[in-house]
Amino acid sequence: MKFSASSLFANALSGHKKWPEQFPNKEPKKRYDIVIVGAGGHGLGAAYYLAKKYGISNIAVIEKCWLGGGNTARNTTIIRSNYLFDESTAIYDHAVDLWDGLSQELNYNTMFSKRGVLMLAHNVHDVQSFQRHVHANRLNGVDNKWLSPQECKKFLPILDISQNRHYPVMGGALQMRAGTARHDSVAWGYARAASQLGVDIIQNCAVTGIRRSKDGAVKGVETEKGFIAAGKIGVSAAGHSSTVMDMAGLRFPLESYPLQALVSEPVKPVLNCVVMSNAVHAYISQSDKGELVIGAGTDQYTSYSQRGALHILEHTLMSICEIFPIFKRMRMLRSWGGIVDVTPDRSPILGKTPIEGLYVNCGWGTGGFKATPGAADLFAYTIAHDEPHKINAPYNLDRFVTGRLIDEAAAAAVAH
Amino acid sequence: MFEVHCPYCNEKRPEIEFAYAGEAHIVRETKADELTDQEWAEFLFYRDNKRGDHHERWWHQHGCNMFFNAVRNTLTDKFVMTYKMGVKRPTKTQIKAAKNGK
Amino acid sequence: MANNKAPYRTAGRGNDGSKTINFTFDGKAYQGVQGDTLASALLANGVHLMGRSFKYHRPRGVLGAGSEEPNALVTLDRGKGRVTPNIRATVLEIFEGLVTRSQNAWPNLKTDIGAFNNIFSAFFPAGFYNKTFMWPKSFWDKVYEPIIRNMAGLGPAPSEPDADVYASVYGHCETLIVGAGPAGIAAALTAAKSGGRIILVDENPVLGGSLLSVPNDKIDGLEISKWLANSIRTLQKMRNVKLMTRTTAIGYYHDNFIGLAERITDHIPNITPGVSREKLHRIRAGKVILAQGAIERPLVFNGNDRPGVMLASAAQTFQSRYGVAVGNAAILFTSHDSGYAAVFDLADANIRIPIVVDVRDEIPKDIRAQAKQRGIEIASGASISKTHGSTRINGVEIYSPSTGAKRKVNCDALLMCGGWTPSLHLWSHSKSTIKWDDEIAAYVPDMPNENAVCAGACNGDFGLLAALKGGNKAAGGRKTYKVTARNFGAGTTFVSLPSYIDTSKQKAFVDFQNDATQKDINLAVREGFASIEHVKRYTTIGMATDQGKTSNLNAMQIASNAVNKTVEQVGLTTFRPPYTPTTYGTFAGYRTGDLFEVERKTPMDGWAQEHGAVYEPVGIWRRARYFPKPGEDMDAAVARECKATRDSLGIFDASTLGKIEVVGPDAAKFMNLMYTNPWAQLGEGRCRYGLMLREDGYIYDDGVVGRLAEDRFHVTTTTGGAPRVFRHMEDYLQTEFPHLDVWLTSTTEQWAVIALNGPSARKLIEPFVENIDLSPEKFPHMAVREGTICGVETRLFRVSFSGELGFEINVPAHYGRAVWETLFEAGKKYAITPYGTETMHVLRAEKGFIIVGQDTDGTVTPGDAGMEWAVSKKKKDFVGRRSLKRPDLVASGRKQLVGLLTENPKTVLEEGAQIVADPNQSIPMDMIGHVTSSYWSESLGHSIAMALVMYGFDKEGEDIYIPIEGNTHKAKIVSPMFYDPKGERLNVV
Repeated sequence: MKFSASSLFANALSGHKKWPEQFPNKEPKKRYDIVIVGAGGHGLGAAYYLAKKYGISNIAVIEKCWLGGGNTARNTTIIRSNYLFDESTAIYDHAVDLWDGLSQELNYNTMFSKRGVLMLAHNVHDVQSFQRHVHANRLNGVDNKWLSPQECKKFLPILDISQNRHYPVMGGALQMRAGTARHDSVAWGYARAASQLGVDIIQNCAVTGIRRSKDGAVKGVETEKGFIAAGKIGVSAAGHSSTVMDMAGLRFPLESYPLQALVSEPVKPVLNCVVMSNAVHAYISQSDKGELVIGAGTDQYTSYSQRGALHILEHTLMSICEIFPIFKRMRMLRSWGGIVDVTPDRSPILGKTPIEGLYVNCGWGTGGFKATPGAADLFAYTIAHDEPHKINAPYNLDRFVTGRLIDEAAAAAVAH
Repeated sequence: MFEVHCPYCNEKRPEIEFAYAGEAHIVRETKADELTDQEWAEFLFYRDNKRGDHHERWWHQHGCNMFFNAVRNTLTDKFVMTYKMGVKRPTKTQIKAAKNGK
Repeated sequence: MANNKAPYRTAGRGNDGSKTINFTFDGKAYQGVQGDTLASALLANGVHLMGRSFKYHRPRGVLGAGSEEPNALVTLDRGKGRVTPNIRATVLEIFEGLVTRSQNAWPNLKTDIGAFNNIFSAFFPAGFYNKTFMWPKSFWDKVYEPIIRNMAGLGPAPSEPDADVYASVYGHCETLIVGAGPAGIAAALTAAKSGGRIILVDENPVLGGSLLSVPNDKIDGLEISKWLANSIRTLQKMRNVKLMTRTTAIGYYHDNFIGLAERITDHIPNITPGVSREKLHRIRAGKVILAQGAIERPLVFNGNDRPGVMLASAAQTFQSRYGVAVGNAAILFTSHDSGYAAVFDLADANIRIPIVVDVRDEIPKDIRAQAKQRGIEIASGASISKTHGSTRINGVEIYSPSTGAKRKVNCDALLMCGGWTPSLHLWSHSKSTIKWDDEIAAYVPDMPNENAVCAGACNGDFGLLAALKGGNKAAGGRKTYKVTARNFGAGTTFVSLPSYIDTSKQKAFVDFQNDATQKDINLAVREGFASIEHVKRYTTIGMATDQGKTSNLNAMQIASNAVNKTVEQVGLTTFRPPYTPTTYGTFAGYRTGDLFEVERKTPMDGWAQEHGAVYEPVGIWRRARYFPKPGEDMDAAVARECKATRDSLGIFDASTLGKIEVVGPDAAKFMNLMYTNPWAQLGEGRCRYGLMLREDGYIYDDGVVGRLAEDRFHVTTTTGGAPRVFRHMEDYLQTEFPHLDVWLTSTTEQWAVIALNGPSARKLIEPFVENIDLSPEKFPHMAVREGTICGVETRLFRVSFSGELGFEINVPAHYGRAVWETLFEAGKKYAITPYGTETMHVLRAEKGFIIVGQDTDGTVTPGDAGMEWAVSKKKKDFVGRRSLKRPDLVASGRKQLVGLLTENPKTVLEEGAQIVADPNQSIPMDMIGHVTSSYWSESLGHSIAMALVMYGFDKEGEDIYIPIEGNTHKAKIVSPMFYDPKGERLNVV
């Protein structure tokens, strides 16, 4: 059933009893052309694009837990593409292009809200670094504008730009095409659209092994529901990617860290853009429900516990209060932890692996959500063609051998 | 904020006294010239990222200034044991014994 | 004697000498009594309508009497900077002059325009926004989302900086007990005897918990109030016991680390300036006893949200604890025996109970008998199919499924009891496990993950006796208690209450605040959202400010029923900290404003301030950036400072440079491993520029190193790099090179560093220096000597970051300012000029010296920076050596550091500007590099810049282009050594 205002109206009159299942939970078939491991936005999206663009619909997406329940459900939904390097700009801007129009593409409102991302500069180094971004973005065709402190204040009136502070606002970089989206809807929208194209979504079914033939190529996955044969396997398991790769006998340049986020109680609209401050370590937006959505830092150690520490929240909230003293009386409603997989250069790995038929999309760190449609599209391309698209070609494993890293953080101390 | 037992101070102290220092027992090859680029990359970047008992290093930054090793379960964040730098990587039996000892 | 005339105030309070309190709600004045919450005081005045729901703006009254309240949220206004939204009326203590307002309603609470959403609620079921607002596409940005955003939020957004201050402390105890109801108090009494430190916390202003609502019960022959008073007195007398009220245990973290949020001033009429509003206690406990009790479950039926419909236990609490009748005629709707305790208490206080509607067919005899004794009719096996009234309930329709009969009964309050949900929030935060208990149809604790135990109702042990015994046992006791109390009894869970109305036509609320209903859950399930986390996210149940305290379990049961699975099979939603919403300021504690972060200042910082320095933050240091004279902007000041330095003498505070003392027999070997340069041959008293790499081959840090003795190096690092370089060195020393006999000591703060640059530098210091021969022959460039200056011991470096004759005078930090002032005074005859970091940058750029982190970033190798000369070819090993041979690091086409001269000498390029070879190409352009440093050079009379450019070394003399907004600059690639390329100025005599 197509979603629209009129279908909503018609269903309202029939007591909403006629809506079909958006994404039926299937039992696995014996064999698929492609198995995607991990039903987050990236995995579901890859299945969707494989079915939609390459006509491959004999696909299963296998999920250990419930779909969209990992980092898709746990992030702060920031979308932007004002990165420094050409490689980063290309991949994130590809994603932003797809974000814009995703609701119509999927017939599912993913609520991409282009309300702008304002990155605040607080010291001379920030100014130099952000201006380098602004210049590079402009020549790359990515909108990103340098604002003086007064211009920042004009754009965001609640900003305190007094200069007698430890971290004065010395300017900001504003990407207007950036913003947020409704995270759950992204997973659900891809799941529904993929289901409608014949993709099987199999939830609560952990992958326990990867079976390979004598010549080394993949044969399929062992799961809690038995062996499932597959010609190609795409792993899109975020924080658990190392574990899945380990099943194929591969060690990876990845480490998984706890990352916390938090929301406030809902209040009337007060913050109509996303604000990020690298120097003070804060990023914040206000959801369409009125909650302030805040990203905290990672804990220092690797962990799969999805449990962060109190002092991380203390540090995050003191930073928020430092930038926005008016928020000090706001109250934290809920905090939660996710697991982010981080590569040595904090850029993703998206491409082929040393094993034939095994593909991987991982290592997004804190940047995974914003890349969702772009990464999914490129992952589908890579699986379908057995070779990477030119946008994701630089995101290979080989770069750790050659040294051709894509290290945004090293270049600019921008970690998220 | 968990507590970490420093094997040099022989005391349990809060986590904020310590800095995490990555996976343990990754030996730096002194004859690095003999390694292939792939082998060198594996030394530099490839990690176990273990789910479960993880061998890792900690630095008692705001304490005795010593680096030491630990086995910590990454699913529960609970430390199984800590031991001084230079002590051999504990075997599975030793880890099991340490767990039972608790 | 107070004269409180609130109409629903019952005997015993308000007339017993309690102080009358005047307050306002939505501008109207009311009276309550000392000890009231806003909810109890408003109810005493017959006011039930206290809020509007989030989505449909439905009128709402109180549901509960505690922190689980989802409906009655108000804004507390204590003046400028002290407006707090979304406060639960049920926990807001009233005080004289209290000003409160309703929220999420316009123009007012009674007539709320937003309630039109309610009329069209059929078109806004759960998840509706996923299905619409997509066409036309441009409408999303311009029309739909702005409308949605306008509807967002409950309370008003803050508009003023918070006027209050906050505090935070650490604490330790042997036993932390959370919840001071019967279980918690019994546990505290028992644990206290052990002598260990005990902390007992409760979120309420008074200790007692459920004991405060059952005045007629008895413990060990004592009336509850007496037993409670005795117990508290006993605990208060014990020095090892700390009792904390108005304190919420918000989160349970690793290794028994608990966050407690204490509210200090919110209930006090007059706030003393400087007194903290709230305080965060981070407690490390040996053992934790959780006695958080249980929360009563609402029944899910059509019209269960009208003002006047509330939990039975809440009505009992308002009656017994606050002396407030929730109405004149209260009906009970129950599926559990415990609901009767509430109506019996109400009946005994002369409130009419028109009828009790019990869904169950079988009702215990003793209950029937007690009801009969009070003349209360019980309709068993019956249900409520409708409620009547608009802003207050005025009647119910009772439906008997067996006969199909319906009848209307009038009332002004409806109490509901659907069983109890143990509070497992903190238990779950600790990652302890829970299990389903069929008997009470709820989750109970299973295996602990920390040294923790649950006691009383939160452990699934209900009733007064079980609570006391549970608390006692949790603390290691074996005491028996004699208790007279109403039997807690048992109940049945009805997932779907009988009704003749189709569920799709009912408004049966599960999550009251978010307006999520039973049919929303059914819709979610119908659409394939089978896991409870999906249901929760789709319907938003459990996401409101009460975090599902009254809704989660009902939602789970309805969902599991809809998919024909057990509750356990549909999964459990995770409890997430904090237990109740907690103020940001409480987490920030003291660390705001000046105390936000340690700001390090050098010994000479005060002098700089007195001389008008403009500062910049560098790492956590504040450094003088320039010293403007009246009327000067930065450019003018820097031009003057540069000129003065090159003409005669400049003085610069370099104290922030990181300093590490590397000492020991193997010091040189260690330096050889840590730096790219060779150190073995460096003579004592000589200096060398050191370049440090990470293991991956990229430049990590740099600085001048002086060899003071065979076994002693004075290493300097960049200002920001000092801590990480120290860690880097310690890491390698302890982990990779433990065979080396070396000690590392951070001495950054031990030395103040005064840099003197300019032709007059030697002349200035000569009269003040003893025991060092300053002659150029004896003290050449790149040398270090120990001696005294101004009578103070010094390590005197002859080094230069400006290209001029230069000295860096290291003196013990506390002499820094004295030496500085002495030199400055004496320097006046050489027109000595203080300069800051900006001039330092210009002077070094004129000489082509790099700043690590500005001209290099984490992707630049020594080769890229034109510093192959600093990398030893002979050494077999140093950190980063192997990586320099990796394919991409030796590939051609890397960006290399060069100088730029703009075509127009007046043009100062923007740092960070990108460089292209062909300015006429279309976007996206091929960028070949970027400007890393760029300044006006007063000494040269033109601008200078440094840049990283692909193939830069090969392109010397070629033109490149810098397209900026609306303009393109042309520049020529040159050597970055702009000034005095032969270095002759170092040799001034």
